[in-house]
Amino acid sequence: MDLIVYYASWALLSCGAFLCAVGGLGILRLPDFYSRQHAAGITDTLGSAFVLIGLMLQSGFSLNAAKLVMILIFLILTSPVATHAIAQAARQSGLEPKVVAEEDEA
Amino acid sequence: MSRALSLSTLLFAIWLIWSGHYTPLLLAFGVLSCALVLLVSHRMRIIDPEGHPTHLVRGSLSYGLWLTWALIQSNIDLAKRVLSPSLPIAPRMIRVKASQKTHLGQVIYANSITLTPGTVSVDIEDGMIEVHALTAEAAQELIDGEMDRRVTRLENED
Amino acid sequence: MFIAAMIGVLITMLMALVRALSGPTVFDRILAVNMFGTKTVLFIAVLGFLSGRPEFLDLALVYVLINFIGTIAILKFVRFGKVETA
Repeated sequence: MDLIVYYASWALLSCGAFLCAVGGLGILRLPDFYSRQHAAGITDTLGSAFVLIGLMLQSGFSLNAAKLVMILIFLILTSPVATHAIAQAARQSGLEPKVVAEEDEA
Repeated sequence: MSRALSLSTLLFAIWLIWSGHYTPLLLAFGVLSCALVLLVSHRMRIIDPEGHPTHLVRGSLSYGLWLTWALIQSNIDLAKRVLSPSLPIAPRMIRVKASQKTHLGQVIYANSITLTPGTVSVDIEDGMIEVHALTAEAAQELIDGEMDRRVTRLENED
Repeated sequence: MFIAAMIGVLITMLMALVRALSGPTVFDRILAVNMFGTKTVLFIAVLGFLSGRPEFLDLALVYVLINFIGTIAILKFVRFGKVETA
């Protein structure tokens, strides 16, 4: 049983770190500000959730696990608000998103 | 009144989790600080269905599960797109209707849109949300409106 | 195991820093710094477990909240040129 938990937390931690790295790659590769936000979204949601859940499995049923749950809840609550605030500020300052032309669509 | 009671219970539970010290003096400090927060929130008049939405607790469980599944799917999709060398994205702006009646419901809907990778809510006014979608599929999924229906159902539960 | 997770998070932080330094708009920089802050929280949490001192989680908790408030404050400053008024 301990071994299963150990391997599960190992898998979650590495998946989370990998997803974070993918999001970091996205923030470098994507062409304009509005699309970069989506890459930041990957690391903020599933990437950090996987890392934190992996750590929860490590710590077992304890105060530390409860604190990790609270960190996860705060992240999930605050990250969309911050992202939306940045997007709205960019929009109102007149930054136009790059969009595909209608005829380009397959 | 029941709202204030549930808020103070919640506050004290969080205090207990974060403190980790359970001597009578520190517990008294905890009770005191919770009472202070309760007093301040009462004076700010934020102990209402919007500030402390106890009526959403039951519905948010099933909605949270559905949202988690949607999150995982769109995360995998977006990760594939970022990793593929040709970078197959087609960004666009769309406007979707938020059919929720209260501000709280609209906030939950807009936040769920932003939380899902592939869509970010940029602006919201008069029940219409302006969304930046990274792919045609993500935009179409939003226009189909399953998330909108689910948030409306969550809002109407009590 | 913790080392692997930390390296992943560190690489992400590095990429966010590159974006923060290269811009091109101020919003790109704010977005990158916000992401850097989120990764810092993860880094502190993993570091606490690696060094066997879970007390670090308290710092991570505080950092989540400070990161959010800091982002909002910087945005307000960028949009209005000052922080104090509504």
